[in-house]
Amino acid sequence: MKEYVTVIKPKKLFSFADLKEVWDYKELLYFFTWRDLKVRYKQTAIGVLWAVFQPFITMVVFSLFFGALLKVPSDGVPYPIFVYTGLLFWQFFSTALSDTSNVLIVNQAIITKVYFPRLLLPLSTVATKFIDFIVAAVILVGMMIYYGYTPNLIGLLIIPLLLLITFMASVGLGLFLASINVKYRDVRYVLPFFIQILLFVTPVIYPAGILGKYSWILALNPMMGVIQSARAALLGTTVLNWLLVSISLFATASILAIGIYTFKKTEHYFADII
Amino acid sequence: MEQPIITIKGIGKKYNITHQRGGYVALRDVLTNILKSPLNFLKYKAKEIVGLDKKEEFWALRDINFTVNKGEVIGIIGRNGAGKSTLLKILSQITPPTTGEIKIHGRVGSLLEVGTGFHPELTGRENIFLNGAILGMKKTEIIKKFDEIVKFADIEKFLDTPVKHYSSGMYVRLAFSVAAHMEPDILIIDEVLAVGDVEFQKKCLGKMEDITKKEGRTILFVSHNMGAIGQLCDKTMLIENGKLIKFGKTDEVVEKYLSDPKEVTLERWENEGDKFNNEYFKPEKFYISTEEGEIFVNLEGEIRKTTPDLTIGYAIYSEDNTLLYWSYQTDSKESDWPELKMGGNLIKSKLPTEILNSGIYKLELIASLYFKEWIIAPGKDNPTIFINFSKIFDKSKYWVQKRPGALAISNKWEIKK
Repeated sequence: MKEYVTVIKPKKLFSFADLKEVWDYKELLYFFTWRDLKVRYKQTAIGVLWAVFQPFITMVVFSLFFGALLKVPSDGVPYPIFVYTGLLFWQFFSTALSDTSNVLIVNQAIITKVYFPRLLLPLSTVATKFIDFIVAAVILVGMMIYYGYTPNLIGLLIIPLLLLITFMASVGLGLFLASINVKYRDVRYVLPFFIQILLFVTPVIYPAGILGKYSWILALNPMMGVIQSARAALLGTTVLNWLLVSISLFATASILAIGIYTFKKTEHYFADII
Repeated sequence: MEQPIITIKGIGKKYNITHQRGGYVALRDVLTNILKSPLNFLKYKAKEIVGLDKKEEFWALRDINFTVNKGEVIGIIGRNGAGKSTLLKILSQITPPTTGEIKIHGRVGSLLEVGTGFHPELTGRENIFLNGAILGMKKTEIIKKFDEIVKFADIEKFLDTPVKHYSSGMYVRLAFSVAAHMEPDILIIDEVLAVGDVEFQKKCLGKMEDITKKEGRTILFVSHNMGAIGQLCDKTMLIENGKLIKFGKTDEVVEKYLSDPKEVTLERWENEGDKFNNEYFKPEKFYISTEEGEIFVNLEGEIRKTTPDLTIGYAIYSEDNTLLYWSYQTDSKESDWPELKMGGNLIKSKLPTEILNSGIYKLELIASLYFKEWIIAPGKDNPTIFINFSKIFDKSKYWVQKRPGALAISNKWEIKK
């Protein structure tokens, strides 16, 4: 039989044992994700279809106003599919970010009563959003067939990388905000506003090229790299810019590192002040 | 010799009271403070970094050392706020200690609350899985125990109903049932048996006895219920003001806990200045004391005019503010009355603990001129103290906890031949 030995000491900062622990608790991660999915669509008439409806309706409205009326350029592809590709990744990022920021508050009853690696909570939140992403992606596939786009091979291969970047960005920033949120509930009020601003500085409704030679500044926003690359890969809007992808990857890795650091630093007093 | 399963060395836990009091801080307040007086803020921050700030520190636990061997059932007792729950939280890794080290050999399951993580929207079946996982059970383990859990909770019919539609009794039964079927090497339990109906409480106690006696599990158990402690625990520790006062055989520790006057009295009244000034009797002190395991009510005051009409005593109320009785120094036959002299007097009377139930009682000092007038009338801001009385139900093995009713009397029963 496996011998478990636990040593409880004043907490140190991050160690690799923490990652192993998350792995040991993978079943609980599954149950948290399962709970969130189950609970979210209880007592709703159309259930999981909401995951499709939201980006779909947004796409229709945006296409009408920005595409048809304002004639926002779309790198030579039909505006609906252009904006939907952006929205798909954007919604994954923004919903994961806002839910992750609140995850400790929402689960405070559990946090103060039971031990488990706290990292499971943000991870399960993002996992839930990822499933929404998959569901909503069905529409994109439909649109690609309708408009007659076939992604190239590199395109398909890069999508997982783009998803990883989105995941890291939302978890990283989310962990950072969640840690602040434990002490300062202001986060709750700032965040929706912040996300809205972020939408406008991310090329979701307009192409990145609109900024001309200054567009690299925006590349520090990891979601810009993700969305632009996704369009390049799936719709062939531009040539895939590996530099941009690298910048995004580097930026998210830093965000994630800062997020985990802040989270681990505050982790030990969550239960005391939440 | 076998290694202890839990070793605790020098555990301490410090809280900053300022943090506790404020709840959460708004970032806005912090920012306005900085803008208003940037210098003060810098000074404060600098002090904080150097460690000179006058933050009020509070040690919830200090220098706790003990070891637990495999298969032992340890009770933890102490007043509210003594640090029992903090100790359990540290042991369950919910909050880290400030000092010291704990070494645990084995899987720990903690039950600090019944139904942690239950989601009202989910059905009973779903919640069994969710709650089980949160408590640290593997999925295969839950599947294996599923029928047993349902049967113990007695909710077969409502398995697929969302728990928000459950009665509170059903909710508690299901929650406890899941917890009772955990199989950690060490089980940490906070006062969770206090919920649920009496029948179910008995069932739970029985289940816990089974777990410990048959399966040899190690249990740490916090309770205010001395009966349950006595029934389940071989050894008990008494925690007071964050310190481990006594750790040893349950009977001895429980006795120490109950005999310590500090543990019984929640308040002591003293006359500050000239309150209750009158021409007959001015009360000075009103308090509880213990002598040889008996609890006494003490009244101290100044007699200013001796008269046979003067009656001094107390009124006692139960938690729901029901008057239980009045008692005066003139209760007995006249020759036994204590003789009150001019000046300072201390009179005392034994509290009839043999008829009282466990609970918090309110005592009011009252005084009157017999059937003429009140000197200090009951219920009018008179000197008041509270006592938190825990009855030791040790006479019967069936009588293990607070009974329903205002009184709790151990009556003798006989069979008619």
